[in-house]
Amino acid sequence: MSPVSRGFHGRRREAPAGRVPPGQYVTEDFPVLSAGPTPHTALANWTFSIAGGGVSKSWTWDEFRALPTDDVTVDIHCVTRWSKLDTHWQGVSLDTLLDQVEHDGEYVLPFCDGGYTTNLPIADVTGGQAWVAFGYEGEPLDPEHGGPARLLVPHLYFWKSAKWVRGLRLSETDEPGFWETYGYHMYGDPWREQRYAGD
Amino acid sequence: MAGTAVRRRLTWQLGTVGSLTDETAAVRTIALDVPDWPGHRAGQHLDVRLTAEDGYRAERSYSIASAPGEPVEITVERLGDGEVSPYLTEELRAGDQLELRGPIGGYFVWDPADGGPLMLLAGGSGIVPLRAILRHRERTGSAVPVRLLYSSRSWEDVIYRDELDALGDGVEVIHTLTRRQPPGWTGYARRVDTHMLAEVAWPAGQAPLAYACGPTSFVEAVAGGLVGLGYPPQRVKTERFGATGDR
Amino acid sequence: MEALDGNAIGGLLLEVFGTEMTTAVGTCIYCGDTGPLAELVVYRPGPGTVVRCRVCGNVVMVFVQVRGITCVDLRGLAALN
Repeated sequence: MSPVSRGFHGRRREAPAGRVPPGQYVTEDFPVLSAGPTPHTALANWTFSIAGGGVSKSWTWDEFRALPTDDVTVDIHCVTRWSKLDTHWQGVSLDTLLDQVEHDGEYVLPFCDGGYTTNLPIADVTGGQAWVAFGYEGEPLDPEHGGPARLLVPHLYFWKSAKWVRGLRLSETDEPGFWETYGYHMYGDPWREQRYAGD
Repeated sequence: MAGTAVRRRLTWQLGTVGSLTDETAAVRTIALDVPDWPGHRAGQHLDVRLTAEDGYRAERSYSIASAPGEPVEITVERLGDGEVSPYLTEELRAGDQLELRGPIGGYFVWDPADGGPLMLLAGGSGIVPLRAILRHRERTGSAVPVRLLYSSRSWEDVIYRDELDALGDGVEVIHTLTRRQPPGWTGYARRVDTHMLAEVAWPAGQAPLAYACGPTSFVEAVAGGLVGLGYPPQRVKTERFGATGDR
Repeated sequence: MEALDGNAIGGLLLEVFGTEMTTAVGTCIYCGDTGPLAELVVYRPGPGTVVRCRVCGNVVMVFVQVRGITCVDLRGLAALN
């Protein structure tokens, strides 16, 4: 192990006990972490679709914004070890969207502008656990942070909360997304510290 | 393969902090005593790694500010929202050990044999590797003519100000101060743009070699501008530092 | 975050390939653009390092460090000299 750098602490702060999953540090920042350039899709061209297994449904931006919305306050946990507490989001519950589609599949495979993908069990994006979020801290979601809309699944590591989400592909099988293909965990529960495959 | 001929394992090693020099209010030069330092080329960088008591680690890259043959020095700008730079510019003391690896880089480097005329373009802390190039040029007695276009927020933010002022014949330094200018300032007072480049840059016909370093947006603007003035892209070398967050 | 360039991963490339690589010339498998690795576009979101072609934007290389082992994906490079 490397020698300790005298007096170095980083910019971390203590968190209330039990509030932060193992191996995480609390930050006040909201780092912008992307695998590619920020896409800019005009709202007039934006759609959100759910497709797979013979079903298909699509919402335009106006149709999407006409759906009931939730205001939620959640903690988010990035696999790179920072956690941000009490973040405020506004979004449409995935229950609302999935309720409008007859679906059989066990998994959802989000797809996004810019090509990013990830994968989640349907059981983890229903029952009030997931949203397509379009507002953050009372403002429209910034493009750098995934706007106009991103997935928000706070009970899993934040790489699952795909930015610039444009829809879900329903699937019988769990297919690894971008980071999962490189060895990140297929499920990603921060409380069981499931960062990498095999954890 | 292109690049340095030496095949070696790049390992982390410990350097001892020597002198600390405040270049500006937010910028500090750190001299390092690195046993078995293999020497470096002008323009290369090194990686620094910090480890907290609980094992937390942070790693950053810093351009080497000194010329080949001189002791290793890095110059660090303190970024307000930074994690590493506040430590290096405020906490680190002479005698402390710093874990580092290097030297690294074979693309953004200059040796006198590469010739010129040299067109150097610095945005903020992008001046650091260019200063190594300037010192190397001077130490080797190279007669290659140089123009340095250096963009800073204000006169107080100009790094190595006196040293750049004292450079001899053959080096022309043109400052542009983008946010604040001292009373009586007659120099450029705006961000680098194509008009400024057209006035300042060596004409493309002289086959200049350009090095542009600084925030990504600065580098892209000047590199694009030089190519627009007829510089072949392969004669415009770029090193982007990124705009925000720690570096 | 603004993207960086291949200079920023000089250390990573040296660690992975065992030699200086920023001057190595890569060819993008998608658009054929050719140039030194130093000029590629580098994104460093925490989970890994994503390197893209400056011309077409497609992913050329991905580096991920999992439990101390670096996984290297060079799928976007048609050639590397």
